[in-house]
Amino acid sequence: MTNDGLQNIGGTLPYSFNTIEYPKVPAQLDWADRFGSWRCRWGVDRMRYLVSPGIYAVGQPVAESPVFVSANYKMSFDRLRMELAGIDAWIMVIDTKGINVWCAAGKGTFGTDEIVRCVEEFKLADIVSHKSFIIPQLGAPGVSAHAVKTQCGFKVVYGPVRAADIPAFMAAGMAADAEMRRVRFPLADRVVLIPMDILMLAKPVVFIVMFFLLAGGFHKRGFSVSNCLHTGCASAGLFLLVYIAGGILGPVLLPILPGRAFSVKGVWVGLAVLLAGYLLGFRQLAGGFSLASWALIMPVVSSVIVMNFTGTSTYTSLSGVMREMRIAVPLQIVGAVIGIGLWITSLFV
Amino acid sequence: MSLKYLQNVATLELDTEKCVGCGMCVTVCPHAVFVIEDKKAIIVEKDACMECGACRENCPVSAIAVRSGVGCASGIINGFIRGTDPTCDCDKNGGCC
Ligand code: SF4
Ligand code: SF4
Repeated sequence: MTNDGLQNIGGTLPYSFNTIEYPKVPAQLDWADRFGSWRCRWGVDRMRYLVSPGIYAVGQPVAESPVFVSANYKMSFDRLRMELAGIDAWIMVIDTKGINVWCAAGKGTFGTDEIVRCVEEFKLADIVSHKSFIIPQLGAPGVSAHAVKTQCGFKVVYGPVRAADIPAFMAAGMAADAEMRRVRFPLADRVVLIPMDILMLAKPVVFIVMFFLLAGGFHKRGFSVSNCLHTGCASAGLFLLVYIAGGILGPVLLPILPGRAFSVKGVWVGLAVLLAGYLLGFRQLAGGFSLASWALIMPVVSSVIVMNFTGTSTYTSLSGVMREMRIAVPLQIVGAVIGIGLWITSLFV
Repeated sequence: MSLKYLQNVATLELDTEKCVGCGMCVTVCPHAVFVIEDKKAIIVEKDACMECGACRENCPVSAIAVRSGVGCASGIINGFIRGTDPTCDCDKNGGCC
């Protein structure tokens, strides 16, 4: 891996142990760490947010101190060290190409092979006197605990799902209760994912906005820029409105939107925007072909964006998403085609 | 309010004959799909399974089968376009998971 994108960790000090020096990182984040994770949420340089693989010290660890294994995505690393205040521990950062634990485990980059490799490369057995380390439970899809044990002799202890439970986990003698093992998807978790989810489809969205702006200029007698500004802008605005509404309200209202399939949940958001726009007297939604076109376009757009949220959610299965897409995608395509057809018709009548 | 996804789709299967009751599947499952009863694992919430594969990977006697993968719409589209398995393509956009 290259040094490109490696992040300095504010407040790092050398920590000498058995004549070897390790970087000792503080258990608090400084403003640069916080600013970095904020930028990351908004997709700025997201993929260059790495910590160098290796062994790090927190507090004053000794040979008996616990070892935590972390991905080298800086946000994962920061979340872990923040919870280690008052605990003397080692952190072994493995190379997951800057991807978080959950995603990396699914791809196998956070996995048995890389862990075993790092144990050898960083000579973990020479640092600690015990033979175990704590792996975040979300890394389990990539790790075979029994294989790690046979290959390098270390026993895998699965830590809690949330770093915030680490103090309680340690206090209980490295035991996680049932609740610490569960992945939930509370409002706060869903809300932080909104920007990424909205930005993910930015390219097609820009393309569609351009389409509405330009195509909106056509009318019975040809093309005019003033129509671009009126019909075009209004249409592009309506499209963006329903897109953003889906991107925000979908995740926020996820548990209360009717239906289990995300594409169905999304439809309600589009219909709500349609109704609101109609009641507020939006000219585009007053009636005729224009209203008919938006009555199709709006639910389709919100259905697509909320369906896209399956990727960010923490409880959808591959088989489930495939089943819902087999039905939803053809309907979305048909809805979009007829909707756009009606919208174009509305320009010329 | 609890979030539940589609019913009767999960590909999870457990071979009770092989199971040695070690409890690893209970430990690693993020959705409490298993419990141990009479020294054997049983599936109690199959519909909650998100097919992450953690139980299968950590079962020491290979008693669990599940087709794991990303439950992600754009991942499935990516895979469809390229003719590969669904891939969330986190390296490029980091948007998923
Ligand atoms: S595949 Fe994942 S979610 Fe499904 S039962 Fe196994 S550990 Fe639980
Ligand atoms: S991990 Fe395998 S052997 Fe252990 S309890 Fe679960 S099914 Fe049984």
